[in-house]
Amino acid sequence: MADNGKQHAPHRGDMTGAKALWATLANHGISTVFGYPGGAIMPVYDALTFYPEVRHVLTRHEQGAAHAAEGWAKATGEIGVCMATSGPGATNLVTGLADAMLDSVPLLAITGNVASHLMGTDAFQEADITGITLPITKHNYVVRDVEELPLIVAEAIRIARSGRPGPVLVDIPKDIQLAAFHGEIPAPHARPEAPAPSPESIERALDLLRGAKKPVIMAGGGSLDASAEITALARAWDIPVITTLMGLGAFPSSDPLWLGMPGMHGSVAANRAISEADVLLGIGLRFDDRVTGRVSGFAPNAAIIHVELDAAEIGKIIRTHVPVRGDARQAAQLLAEGAQPTPRPEWKAQIEKWKSRTVTPETYGAGYAVKAVVDRLRPDDILSSDVGQHQMLAAQLARFEKPRRWINSGGLGTMGFGLPAAIGAGMAEPGVRSVVIAGDGGFQMTAQELATLKMYDVRNVKICIINNSFLGMVRQWQELFHEKRYSEVWLGDSNPDFIKLADAYDVPGYRATTAEELPAAIDAWLSDPKSALLEVVVPHEHGVFPMVPAGAALYEMIETEPVRSPDLSAQMQDAAEEASEA
Amino acid sequence: MTDTRDHLLSILVRDEPRVLTRITALFGRRGYNIRSLSVGSTEHPGVSRMTIVVSGDRGVVEQAIRQLEKLHDVVKIIDHSLEKYVDRELVLVKVAITPESRVEVRQIAEDFRSRIVDVGRHALTFEVTGDEGKITAFIEQMRPFGILETMRTGRIALTRGSNADIPAHVYHEGETQALQPTLEVQPREERARHVPNLF
Repeated sequence: MADNGKQHAPHRGDMTGAKALWATLANHGISTVFGYPGGAIMPVYDALTFYPEVRHVLTRHEQGAAHAAEGWAKATGEIGVCMATSGPGATNLVTGLADAMLDSVPLLAITGNVASHLMGTDAFQEADITGITLPITKHNYVVRDVEELPLIVAEAIRIARSGRPGPVLVDIPKDIQLAAFHGEIPAPHARPEAPAPSPESIERALDLLRGAKKPVIMAGGGSLDASAEITALARAWDIPVITTLMGLGAFPSSDPLWLGMPGMHGSVAANRAISEADVLLGIGLRFDDRVTGRVSGFAPNAAIIHVELDAAEIGKIIRTHVPVRGDARQAAQLLAEGAQPTPRPEWKAQIEKWKSRTVTPETYGAGYAVKAVVDRLRPDDILSSDVGQHQMLAAQLARFEKPRRWINSGGLGTMGFGLPAAIGAGMAEPGVRSVVIAGDGGFQMTAQELATLKMYDVRNVKICIINNSFLGMVRQWQELFHEKRYSEVWLGDSNPDFIKLADAYDVPGYRATTAEELPAAIDAWLSDPKSALLEVVVPHEHGVFPMVPAGAALYEMIETEPVRSPDLSAQMQDAAEEASEA
Repeated sequence: MTDTRDHLLSILVRDEPRVLTRITALFGRRGYNIRSLSVGSTEHPGVSRMTIVVSGDRGVVEQAIRQLEKLHDVVKIIDHSLEKYVDRELVLVKVAITPESRVEVRQIAEDFRSRIVDVGRHALTFEVTGDEGKITAFIEQMRPFGILETMRTGRIALTRGSNADIPAHVYHEGETQALQPTLEVQPREERARHVPNLF
């Protein structure tokens, strides 16, 4: 036994596989697990009662558990843990695992499974979860021998956190949970050092930057932990910085060098700068299609330097002139050390011109409401979003001074992500306000997690629903690309009274329906000592602009909202009335 | 970039459940076409060796290798297109025979150093080992007599020479290929200008 008692948890009574699991998690400093019990994981939940040092948070759906663990991980940078039973419990985790995979979130998922001798027989609540999650996890395991269980869990945590992070699933048959365990509980693996970029690649990158007349830096989700180094790099070279949806916060929004977000709903300045740049330095990103627009039209004049840990991302989408494989932090530091700032007055003047073309929502609508909310946030507040128009509006309008304050589902675009992620983030940082902006559509996909708020008396989660009675983003696309055939996107007649819904869970509710009501409602909502919900009822028709249509290049961006026919809501209400009369 | 041809990869993997699924699922999901696949054990206990023939251009193969390198089960990847290699395939061919053709069929088989592994009243089964060209030639020679069944094992390969002679990049050790610049940086004025000047 180790003398500090931390290395090896004391054997509490008979050590079973289930107890060995909790001992291993506790040894790894896991303080919170989000989950939902069921038949095939009951021994683990039974053993939980012996491990008060680990808090289990009972969500109301396994998808909520997975997103809450993601919210935890995104806010802290540490691994999130979720847990479910076999079959339907396990499959309910799938969306969260896919989400974590695309956004490189370190996640450990523990699932129970039917007893080993029943596996493969189509037993009750059996699903081949390792088979199902094979393409959406970094790695996964079935534990076949109880003596290997703690080693597998320790290895799973190592894999989830190392290199480019991602989700790892460990599936534990019920008999393994119950089996007697005699081994030692392993200590955590040391986090492996990220590979340093080669001096040659740094030298090639410096060469390009020295000759650049119109350089631009683009920082993605992989650069969040290199925020300080990237900020120093940009200032040392005096190069403007674009942060992707996942990279918001990697560079302070208040810095004059910040140009906003690129891509489909990116800023004029960011998209124009990419289109005109002669050198583009990408750090910790994967050139997602929502960022690049039409690939052949992406940064057409630029030599591309791509700093990335995952070699498979280099050259995958965008042909790279100077690949720099390695740690973003080290690369940014080395590039900053070689800084030779050159005055580029024309480029700076051009950028300032583009920056002045920021779209500010002036009339009352979704954008106006989102701006009113995000303007009221403090730098420490964590802002989560669900998926849709409000997400893009928040990404456009919110200002982040530091990383890990912006939590959203970027790669998978998972509706229902917002509320559970905000709960997870709020539980990770109980002293910090965890604000979530959702739409009326996405909120209802995981609205049951209001019960989790109530159960744990979480006090710092502030929910804002932007209610436009539509699946707004789909409606926007139907408007632009399907000749306004609004197929199955109208929610107005069937939406609940969100205030009453919140009240049912003891969550105080506030509502604003006009620009005049909004400031007071926001104040009351944010100053409520409890977690609270604010519903902002907005006109139906507002879209998100600027927008780069799918398949277009960034320089083909539509900058402002097209003039629309004013009778949209009337049409939808007429149609609804006809339907109810018939 | 449109130079589509076959590439021979050896992939050393941990001998664990689902490893074959993991590898083939990766190829399937990303749309890489597997032309041939063979798997067997190696001189190291717990390590299996897969030989996969992928068709695609150089970019596709490099992307496939980099994606494979990320899998926890993958120990090492050898890209045979970067060095000289020997490759073999084993095929069993069952050829229809008549009293008239029997002698001729046996003679052809002898020319190919093929062995007879089964003798039936109306058919002979041959075993042929060789590179792809030899096997194809053998099958073509036998085709007029009537081929009843064939089974090919898929190609297997080893790099030539002792392993010490082989550069690290073939074994995907040391610097990954991603570090090689993929494009020359053109002088700025020569770069095509695509962006319409709207300002």
